[in-house]
Amino acid sequence: MTDTVAPADRPGYVPPIFGDTPEGTHVWQRVPYNPDDYGPVTDFATDFDHSDPAYNPNAPTVWKELRDAKCPVAHSDRYGGMWVPITHDTVREIAYDTQHFTSRSVVVGVGRPGDLSLPAPIGGAPPITSDPPFHAMARRLLLPAFAPKVIEPWEPKVRELCVSLLDQLGELSAGESIIDAAQQYAQHIPVSVIRQMLGFPEQDEALFRHFVHETLERINEEPGSRTGMDELGQYIFAQIQEHRENPRDDLTSYLMGVQIEGIEMSDEIVGGMVILLLIAGIDTTWSAIGSSLWHLAQHPEDHQRIIDDPDVMTFALEEFLRAYAPVTMARLVAEDHDFHGCPMKKDDWVLLPFPAANRDPHAFEDPDKFIVDRQENRHAAFGLGIHRCIGSNLARLELKVAIEEFVKRFPRFELAGDVRWSTGQIRGPRELPVRILDIAG
Amino acid sequence: MLLRLDAEKCQGHNRCYALAPELFDVDELGQSVLLVEGDVPEELQAKARLAVSNCPEHAISILED
Repeated sequence: MTDTVAPADRPGYVPPIFGDTPEGTHVWQRVPYNPDDYGPVTDFATDFDHSDPAYNPNAPTVWKELRDAKCPVAHSDRYGGMWVPITHDTVREIAYDTQHFTSRSVVVGVGRPGDLSLPAPIGGAPPITSDPPFHAMARRLLLPAFAPKVIEPWEPKVRELCVSLLDQLGELSAGESIIDAAQQYAQHIPVSVIRQMLGFPEQDEALFRHFVHETLERINEEPGSRTGMDELGQYIFAQIQEHRENPRDDLTSYLMGVQIEGIEMSDEIVGGMVILLLIAGIDTTWSAIGSSLWHLAQHPEDHQRIIDDPDVMTFALEEFLRAYAPVTMARLVAEDHDFHGCPMKKDDWVLLPFPAANRDPHAFEDPDKFIVDRQENRHAAFGLGIHRCIGSNLARLELKVAIEEFVKRFPRFELAGDVRWSTGQIRGPRELPVRILDIAG
Repeated sequence: MLLRLDAEKCQGHNRCYALAPELFDVDELGQSVLLVEGDVPEELQAKARLAVSNCPEHAISILED
């Protein structure tokens, strides 16, 4: 933990610029931070940057070193000031404290929501960007669509999709063929499922991956240069319009028809919710599937156990989610306050690395060991508190079926080259070459 | 063994329903619902403990054992 310097006194301080998108809208406020002033991270305790290319590949080591150095909360001057709790206790405390920490923006970047973005407590993509009391109203609308008994019936469709993706890999020869399990398999599963749930055209799936990249990975680029964000907005409003003309049984039509306290939601709020559903489920689930297959490629004993004892999946699924939780969320500090000796200032960023909490030895026995049938596992992969991932039941279903079908088709596979990891808040392999050693007949 | 479910703490992680559907159901919002009133039958006590030790929000507790 370090003392912060008031932004105006920091070297290279640039006053906030409003309206720096090409259209001059005031949606984003530039934070006083120039990425070019900073090099690669040499000390994560005082100069934390989750978008450093070395972070995601080595994150568990970074967390362990910070814990061993008795640094429960790391800091960085990057992004205009950012705090990073590392322990389960500090992550949980911040996740539960919606008074001192606002969800108005949940992705750290060089821009913060500006004066013309949807104000708190609604935010641009409700309910993930919402604070109480609006949060509960928006969330209540979405919860029934993602409840366990509504998601369960999707299993045959998800299975059919996974089998079809495996079929599309073409002719493979055992011991020779190398496939990219992230690019050719994992990434397509969540895109296709959410596309079907929202009722969007199949040919737009590649576009969604582009939007996800723009939203979650290009965080060090100027807000105005991230034109994909505008394209995403325009795309969603066109889809809402199309659904208005042709209402049907899908999530988009459902959201357009529901009311909050007797009032229909504006297109802006419906659009924000649709953007959330589209963005939040894709990279995240893709990452969880990829990381799990990455693990299995290196641990044939766990792979064999899943084949021999299919019931172990109940526990294995949660252990994949614990050990390889893909999602780090973010908050903005709502008001100046002292957090366990950290002088937090209004509008400082706070990262919420749930994956780090999942590796805390005070919360989990032997946390860096993958135990396929771990019996006690209160992991926080889907967050803690009121923002628990609304798609968790769908994510679990996709992860379970994706692993089951992959190991069924390929009873043995191994890593076959360098893995490329994502950058930013969603952690998972983006290129995952595996050699197929055995193909089910 | 008596179980207590704190509905205020439950955030719908759905872990108890997945591990012990004989003891927990979920409502239309995905929130947990305790199915047993009174003593947990002996054959379900191991599952009850499993539900307790996998709730991320610590919403389930054992009152008497």
